[in-house]
Amino acid sequence: MTYEPPITDYDHIVENCTCAFCGCNCDDLDYLVKDGHVVAVRHACRLGASKIMEDMDQRLLVPMIRDEDGELKEVDWDTALDTAAEYIANSIRPVFYGWSETSTECMKEGVELGEYIGAVLDNQATICHGPSLQAVQNAGYPIQTLGEVQNRADMCVYSGSNAMNSHPRHMARYAVFCRGYFRQRGRFDRTVVTMDPKFSDTAKMSDKWIGFEQNGDYGFYNAIRAVLKGKELYQDVISGIPKEDIYELAEEMKNAEFGVLFFGLGLTHTLGKQRNIDIAIKMVQDLNKFSKWGLTPMRGHFNVNGFNIFMAFHTGFAFGVDFCRGYARYMMGETNTIDLLVRKEPDCFMVIAADPGAHFPNGANQHLADIPVIQIDIHWGPSTELADVVLPGSFIAVECGGTSYRMDGVPIWMKKAIDKPETCRDDEWIVRELKERVMKLREEPNVLDAYEVNPNIL
Amino acid sequence: MEYILKNGIVYDPTNKVAGEKKDVMFKDAKIVEDVSSDAKVIDVTDKIVMPAGVDPHAHVAGPKLVVGRLYRPEDSRRGVTAKTKYIRGEAGFSIPSCPTTGYRYSRLGYGTVVEAAMPPLEAKHTHEEISITPNIDIPALPLFGNNWFCMEYAKENNLEDMAAYVSAMLKITKGYGIKIVNPCGSEAWGWGMNVHGVNDKAPYFDVTSKELIIALAKVNEMLGLPHSIHIHPNDLGHPGNVPTTLETLDAVKNIKKSSKATIRDQVVHCTHLQFHSYTGNSWKDAASGAEEVAKYVNSHDHMTCDVGQVTLDETTTMTADAPMEYDLFKISGLKWANKDIECETAAGIIPCIYSGSAPVSTLQWAIGLELFLHIDNPWQVCLTTDHPNAGPFIRYPRIMSWLMSSKRRMEMIDNGEVHKWAHKRTTLATLDREYDFNDIAIISRAAPAKIHGFADRGALTPGYRADIAVYDINPNEIDPSVQYEEIEKGFSNALYTIKDGQFVVKDKEVVMNKESQNIWVNVKGYEREEEKVINDIMPFFTQYYSVKWENYPVHDHYVSNPIVVDVER
Repeated sequence: MTYEPPITDYDHIVENCTCAFCGCNCDDLDYLVKDGHVVAVRHACRLGASKIMEDMDQRLLVPMIRDEDGELKEVDWDTALDTAAEYIANSIRPVFYGWSETSTECMKEGVELGEYIGAVLDNQATICHGPSLQAVQNAGYPIQTLGEVQNRADMCVYSGSNAMNSHPRHMARYAVFCRGYFRQRGRFDRTVVTMDPKFSDTAKMSDKWIGFEQNGDYGFYNAIRAVLKGKELYQDVISGIPKEDIYELAEEMKNAEFGVLFFGLGLTHTLGKQRNIDIAIKMVQDLNKFSKWGLTPMRGHFNVNGFNIFMAFHTGFAFGVDFCRGYARYMMGETNTIDLLVRKEPDCFMVIAADPGAHFPNGANQHLADIPVIQIDIHWGPSTELADVVLPGSFIAVECGGTSYRMDGVPIWMKKAIDKPETCRDDEWIVRELKERVMKLREEPNVLDAYEVNPNIL
Repeated sequence: MEYILKNGIVYDPTNKVAGEKKDVMFKDAKIVEDVSSDAKVIDVTDKIVMPAGVDPHAHVAGPKLVVGRLYRPEDSRRGVTAKTKYIRGEAGFSIPSCPTTGYRYSRLGYGTVVEAAMPPLEAKHTHEEISITPNIDIPALPLFGNNWFCMEYAKENNLEDMAAYVSAMLKITKGYGIKIVNPCGSEAWGWGMNVHGVNDKAPYFDVTSKELIIALAKVNEMLGLPHSIHIHPNDLGHPGNVPTTLETLDAVKNIKKSSKATIRDQVVHCTHLQFHSYTGNSWKDAASGAEEVAKYVNSHDHMTCDVGQVTLDETTTMTADAPMEYDLFKISGLKWANKDIECETAAGIIPCIYSGSAPVSTLQWAIGLELFLHIDNPWQVCLTTDHPNAGPFIRYPRIMSWLMSSKRRMEMIDNGEVHKWAHKRTTLATLDREYDFNDIAIISRAAPAKIHGFADRGALTPGYRADIAVYDINPNEIDPSVQYEEIEKGFSNALYTIKDGQFVVKDKEVVMNKESQNIWVNVKGYEREEEKVINDIMPFFTQYYSVKWENYPVHDHYVSNPIVVDVER
């Protein structure tokens, strides 16, 4: 890493801004602003700072529509919005996907549009922490806020998560290095364990690395649970870990005063999928018989948790919510974006603040190429190549305000610091416009004349 | 717009109207004494007219509700209905989605619901949910019973700073009053422990639950808040907790009520008293302590309570009393969720199946009814299920039918709908008291409004908000003792529910999505003290909270349409 001299050439500082990158939602950033652009960011990690400062890199600046030759051509906002609204109004199985990098204020417009037209609303959880949500629905959800970890935790376990790379300030600001009320010496008062087949950067920072074998997660946690329940291990080596090490680790976990398990996609996306999280949750529940333990999924996008929370209080379900029958429906494997796309069900796809072009499996993207795709985003990406209408949004937490929910569920108001490019619009405005235009184009489908009590609550 | 509800049979206990045939008039959003000849006449001949219901304690919005919804899709699948011309689709039984909550309260004829536990750090979340819950006004009570600053102030007996802190926090969280949940116990849960009894100290903080309760009660009266302290005592749900409950209530009996709080009579409101009225040493020998507790209530007027009646349903329990939820997990093994909030509180959530065939559920069911029947003064007791802890709020009409019919209660005991513990371990079978419609109006609207100090609702007084419920029941013809099914049916779906002069329910159908309002208390005159206290706590806050101070308060953005209750110093 080369030395970079501090930036001194700026007009003013905006303090206490919130980082719109990962699920840590650090709300202590200072933006150094010059000529209406953020030229430097204090306190942020390299990931956050580069996203905020390079906001004009490959920026989508004007609304565009794909013409007959397959080229994206610049149009005015009215034309772009009308075209997009027509696509939505004329569809019978629209899917609105994304939402994790925008505000709950924007989601509110989205859910109104979705309920009106009968769309499926889904977010990135469907391809990242979806298995965690399934596991939570199976086994429970013992969590705590990050400040609780800071103040109390004397043992932090990272499992299948390389926080040093993916959430660079997580260890520094919330979990490991920071001084807590009961942990005044910070790092020295805590034991850090990384459980990962890979000797990651997080493992390098840890006191202990448990390098269980690939796909050995379930077996390993199962063994710990057995030990916690006082059982004897019959195999000498389990998931690549000698049984003596498992006994030792279980003892250490039992003796912690306050332990936390942070888990990432390494746990959700190996062989056992949601079963891995199931057993990790159950292990944490068992550990509470001896001391205090909690866990936190290391959510990726800054507001991916926000969408799940938002949908839960609006509709009762966290993600993959299907309104096509006039009421909310949720069924894993049926109402999730990937499943719908590989079954070639959707006939219109709106992607907002997400990049399916880069992240979806091939089969899903193939169907996207065949149907109208509306993109609302701030940067060019593979999804732009699939899009038929491109609507340039604005950068939440920099160019416009909004609410997001941190990985631990703490809501944060992300304030606006600079103006957006003149030709762009706020996500909330765009979705509201689409909603109003769709409402003019098509009468609301699937509306009952009168309320009918569902007998299963009598 | 002017309206006359003509020839209804009115129950308005605050104004001492008990079943008189008279007209109720309202103009725009207010109840009035008289209207012009242009007024629209709505014929409600021989139908029950009451002020709209007031729920003094329910969990309807906030972070722990959402954890419940996130992790119990099986609950959200109950009660699903499609959208209509007027309303959004519904989902959920014990933890319905926000719109569903609003619509269902409207059908019950309710207009105001107090959200009983708001963690200050996540108050924005609570207000986001309040803002999309239609048709009901929702004040929220922030949690102070395990707050680190409050524990420090209580230890030092520094009531001046504590008062300024509470006053500042009501502004910061847009809160209505002081909620205390398992004082010191939820802090102990930070280390996986609990406190037992009021004289047990929180680890490290060196302060007892009793000291904290007394300090907060004094502060409440110093500030002159409209509501008293709202307490969930220690040892909830533990057999043998009666002494703890009584000690808690007795600790504050000599505190003088503020002269500014003109509406309420009490200095302490004890919530879900049913969960705090058990005798015995374990569930093996547990029995009802309702008679003893009710005797205390009958002889003390410094307190009020709500019951937390078990409705014998499958529900989702959720409370800031997190250690108790872990105890439940150890008993039932069902999926357990927990949510600790830094420096402030904790919460636990677990599904719970109350069944009439189970001895413990039956005992709890019977104790709740015993409390209703043993407590003589209905103004001291409110109808709640501690929604969703003892059952969902949509069961209120069923509880009303139980209270109005001794026959029905005996039938349940005799025909085995409930376990034999109901008559073996409680006095329920010996009680033949029956509530009348006026009593029902007291426990479901007049008393809760008085207890919370609402000066604009809970009665049909001219000048009050036009929050009115009309039920399709003819009190002169019905015999509630026998026709309990009709009672439940009638109260389950109001003929009209009027909120702020607008018909949110018309002909038993919800026809409106009216924006809800948050009610919060703005204490004036402590500005300088508040500033000092905030300066004092700032170094601590900066170091040990995981958000910046600037991002801590609930910004006006989240409470777009509040009702602000000003309290002058």
